[in-house]
Amino acid sequence: MEEILRTLEQQFAITQQEKMRDDLLFVDVKKDQIISLLTYLKDYAGFTHLAFLQAVDRIEDNKFQLTYMLYSFQLKTNLGIRVFIDREKAEMISIDKLWAHAWQYQRELKEMYGIDFPGSPRVDESFVLESWEEMPPMKRDFDTLEYSIKTYYQRPGRSTNDPKKYMKKKLYNNFAKSPDTGRKND
Amino acid sequence: MNKKDIKNIEKEMRLANEGLSEKEKTLFSDARPMPVRPLNKYLEKFLNWARAESLWILGYGTGCGAIELRPLMTARFDMFRYGIAPRPSPRQSSVFVIGGYASLKTIKRIVRSYEQMQGPKFVIALGSCTINGGMYYDSYYTINRIDYYIPVDIYVAGCMPRPESLIAGFNKLKENIKAGKCDGMNKYAENFDWYKANQKKIIKDWNMPDYNW
Repeated sequence: MEEILRTLEQQFAITQQEKMRDDLLFVDVKKDQIISLLTYLKDYAGFTHLAFLQAVDRIEDNKFQLTYMLYSFQLKTNLGIRVFIDREKAEMISIDKLWAHAWQYQRELKEMYGIDFPGSPRVDESFVLESWEEMPPMKRDFDTLEYSIKTYYQRPGRSTNDPKKYMKKKLYNNFAKSPDTGRKND
Repeated sequence: MNKKDIKNIEKEMRLANEGLSEKEKTLFSDARPMPVRPLNKYLEKFLNWARAESLWILGYGTGCGAIELRPLMTARFDMFRYGIAPRPSPRQSSVFVIGGYASLKTIKRIVRSYEQMQGPKFVIALGSCTINGGMYYDSYYTINRIDYYIPVDIYVAGCMPRPESLIAGFNKLKENIKAGKCDGMNKYAENFDWYKANQKKIIKDWNMPDYNW
């Protein structure tokens, strides 16, 4: 594994690498090197299996994070390749020539995050949503509660228990004094 | 004539079963549903007893609640004791069990299946999701109240309700049928335009007949 990492560092512009466990590593690369890096890993280093391709909406940095998770059956190691792309003009190189099943992930990302993959087969077809006309729903600036109130009929009289107040009432003061986890209570 | 008028005229002229081949068009009726008046008092009472004692449910699970129908069928809870049996197609069944949350994609199929069921038909909505959205109340793709789209006779609350509570729901439904209180089908026929407007508000690509059976 160390050899492969060394080669990666020498041949590609790797901005950061992170070791989570012995069998789980993450590597950050630039957008334009992704095809050559993945080709190297697949054909030379034995990372033949693409487990998933997913996106994270980093709205604070105005970026989408794409994670290509690879697995090597010889080394029994997971390797995640992270790429940060621009959030406004979200576009990425399609990898359906390397792994044929990647087109399905890319179609999902197009629908849920609005990330375009030019040249990927059937990328413009809807994946799970039928007749969706709003912005891609998994983007973090899409307010699902507001949309739900606007579109579907709410039944009045719904009450929500605020866990903190409830615990205070129950005199579990230690819990009530614990630092706020940042969860938005409604 | 402006574009809006042309669009309206086109809408009015459009047949309800448009899109089908010539041969299949005759198989469907596009007449609006009509409310059914009860027969002679004593005959109706007998018929209601017969309907209550043979509830055939449509084998269509819309959400996670459908998992509770399996133990109901098998030896432990054995719903056949109560005269309840699963049927494979909407034409043969009289009870529609909405099994939990309904997404936009599912509500389309629910409406279609409900309309294809032959009367008298009853609806049991199971799970909190069908009542007020449950844990999916703020979801962008899950409807909150099922009774705005099809009429509901009995709600079974819970997330998930156990098979026992489902059996209690079925028994309550039986009582109501025997008392002649389950007129969801007539309610649907009387408020047909309201139901259709609600359904069309959320289903943007309406590509099925308005009503068929």
